[in-house]
Amino acid sequence: MTAVGTPAATPPPRRRQAGPLIPEGPVRASAHICQAAGCQSMGSDRLLEVLSDEVLGAGLRDVAVGRVGCLGLCSAGPLVAVPEQGRVFERVRPDDGASRQDLLSSLSGEAKGGRPLAGDSFFSPQVKVVLERSGTVDPERVDDYVASGGYTALAKAVSEMAPEEVVAEVVKSGLRGRGGAGYPTGLKWRTVAIQDSHAGKYVVCNADEGDPGAFMDRSVLESCPHQVLEGMAIAGYAVGASQGYVYVRAEYPLAVKRLSHAIREAGREGFLGREVAGTRFGFEVEVRIGAGAFVCGEETALIASVQGGRGTPRPRPPYPAASGLWGCPTLINNVETFANIPAVVAKGGEWLASMGTERSKGTKVFALAGAVANTGLIEVPMGVTLREIVFGIGGGLAPGRRFKAVQTGGPAGGCIPEDLLDMPVDYESLTQAGSMMGSGGMIVMDDTSCMVDVAKFFMDFCREESCGKCAPCRVGTQEMWRFLDRMTRGAGTRRDLEQLESLADMVRSTSLCGLGQGAPNSVFSTLRYFRDEYLAHIDDRVCPAGVCAMNAGGRSEAVPAGVGVAGVGSPK
Amino acid sequence: MSEVRTLQIDGKDVAARSDQTILSAAQDNEIGIPTLCHLEGLSDVGACRLCVVEVEGTPKLLPSCTTRVEEGMKITTTSERLVAYRRKMIEMFFVERNHICAVCVANNHCELQDLATRLGVDHFDLPLMHPKLPVDATHERFAIDHNRCILCTRCVRVCDEVEQAHTWDVAGRGAESLIVSDLGTPWGSSTTCTSCGKCVQVCPTGALFEKGRSVAEPKARRPYLPYLVRVAEREQ
Repeated sequence: MTAVGTPAATPPPRRRQAGPLIPEGPVRASAHICQAAGCQSMGSDRLLEVLSDEVLGAGLRDVAVGRVGCLGLCSAGPLVAVPEQGRVFERVRPDDGASRQDLLSSLSGEAKGGRPLAGDSFFSPQVKVVLERSGTVDPERVDDYVASGGYTALAKAVSEMAPEEVVAEVVKSGLRGRGGAGYPTGLKWRTVAIQDSHAGKYVVCNADEGDPGAFMDRSVLESCPHQVLEGMAIAGYAVGASQGYVYVRAEYPLAVKRLSHAIREAGREGFLGREVAGTRFGFEVEVRIGAGAFVCGEETALIASVQGGRGTPRPRPPYPAASGLWGCPTLINNVETFANIPAVVAKGGEWLASMGTERSKGTKVFALAGAVANTGLIEVPMGVTLREIVFGIGGGLAPGRRFKAVQTGGPAGGCIPEDLLDMPVDYESLTQAGSMMGSGGMIVMDDTSCMVDVAKFFMDFCREESCGKCAPCRVGTQEMWRFLDRMTRGAGTRRDLEQLESLADMVRSTSLCGLGQGAPNSVFSTLRYFRDEYLAHIDDRVCPAGVCAMNAGGRSEAVPAGVGVAGVGSPK
Repeated sequence: MSEVRTLQIDGKDVAARSDQTILSAAQDNEIGIPTLCHLEGLSDVGACRLCVVEVEGTPKLLPSCTTRVEEGMKITTTSERLVAYRRKMIEMFFVERNHICAVCVANNHCELQDLATRLGVDHFDLPLMHPKLPVDATHERFAIDHNRCILCTRCVRVCDEVEQAHTWDVAGRGAESLIVSDLGTPWGSSTTCTSCGKCVQVCPTGALFEKGRSVAEPKARRPYLPYLVRVAEREQ
């Protein structure tokens, strides 16, 4: 065998066809290259070609090179899994032959290097329901999804179950909305199912993920779009809708591409269309692309946007379940919620309900980011502690750094301090701690993060994203940002702090939608646990973390907090 | 078909039709709730948030202009908390753009000014934002001064719902929201504007005004609106 990785005198033979390399005979080993946006941004699409050429060049006729979805450890991309050996290889770069050496020896039979999946602190504590096929199936091949048991739940639902039975199963599972608010999914389905509508009903998948640092939905759509489509079709059957829409943000081009491809594939295979799985139930799905407004994740604004209007929310009630798209009953669920559905139907509601805590069932996907060793996408059962996530799966902080807080719930969430690290992660506990589950962003911060600056960062996000319809949010977020900005410049006063608190209370109580109602939360939660940092800025004109410029005269522009975000497409 | 609902507003037992909003039920009973974006004859959007009320058993404040009455509701329209919030909202409108009453065409005929007086807002605590915004005086008879606009969207709604021209709309977002004519082109070159002047009549402040009028001169004729709506409905 020629030495791999060293520049060969003659380049290895080029393959005629781009894409996955599938051997003609039996497969002894396979390299699964992550093709989600995070790894692609590190060149994993080129890696597919380079590695295939190399495998061919090395004469490994029984080795397959395939593309899969997100493998989770996004900070160490491009990632390549060798499932036969249960190993994941990190930072395998297309332009660096040395980085591929261990992988190639592994593929040729000599197990070497990489990170074993079993017993690994990052991989093994995770429980995968939503991400079950993420990293194992080719996101662009429906056959892969079907071979892994995909679409059997849909077939079972439409051919063996009555719509009410499907709803009952979802109710039994205890599944709650994964988009943020945690409304019981079964209850929502039942509300839509019992509506009488001559003009039809709709199912909408909310993929307008926009929290800073959060990329769970993007990853699911990029890794296994069929799972979401299957969930939507089951929902359509359960509530009596024949048309579905996926509202996905334009900043996710790869997700849009894979989703659109999956819709065509599913239509061709008869999983979507006029006769789903050969029955009389028909269900079509269309993609609607957002134009870059965070507020369109709010369901009434999303509806306005799908209908072609300006994406602004309207007061509820009426809720979309009664009057949504074009005034018809509309079921709106998040990507992750729909991705749970096939498993709930296939394995039964009780199966999901067996995981998690009393009131929060199943698992939750988090985008773990910030000051921990392992950042990326994780899925854990509800009820694990924050400590397990930060110091177990996350691998702890860099040497010499001290943990300060973990931010959950996005702009409407809050910061949870060290003494609450043993709190279980579920909807109620997080809310009680002054934060929220949100869609699943989780940002770990160490002592180099200033909490006033963090509050300012999230307020800056909210003021940028306020739609401008209601005054408390439009003006309030601006004014709160101004107070915070003054403090970070060392020009804040005690009076400013009082004003900020009263303003925050007013904006929370009077804003029209969740964006405004949640915007003050970054202020509330940081004040609740880190008031001393505010006071240091105000009384002593000192930023304890050394982040803020404190140049009272100057005018600092909004700078993002010291938050490292894994993956790409982080919104702004 | 509407039914009768009985409820309590500020401790007073009132009866209302099931299709009525809290605001309209309150008004029928001479209970005044401050409003700005609401205008009789136009659809309600619940945007200014001045009319929020407390409803027993509901943790959230509800906008009375868009919330329908329900049997047995117990509503509080005025409380210390609500008044404090409303004052803050008025203050927000004032600090957001440039509202100097003494030089405003709407002085003494301004709903924002009236509300400030009524709620006792006589000074501002919040930092002034004062962006420099354009004035569009390209229209032959009217002009729009964005510095005085509070984004209530009454002009947008009257133009769309009553005149059915839809010349006005909102562009931008957040604090950068701006009322625009057509697709952001000068009002004077608008191909949809019928020059009916309804937007000028419904503007609560001095943002939309008739040219040639001086400070404190013009008085809007808003009560015509419900009449126009009824005529339009009859014609259909």
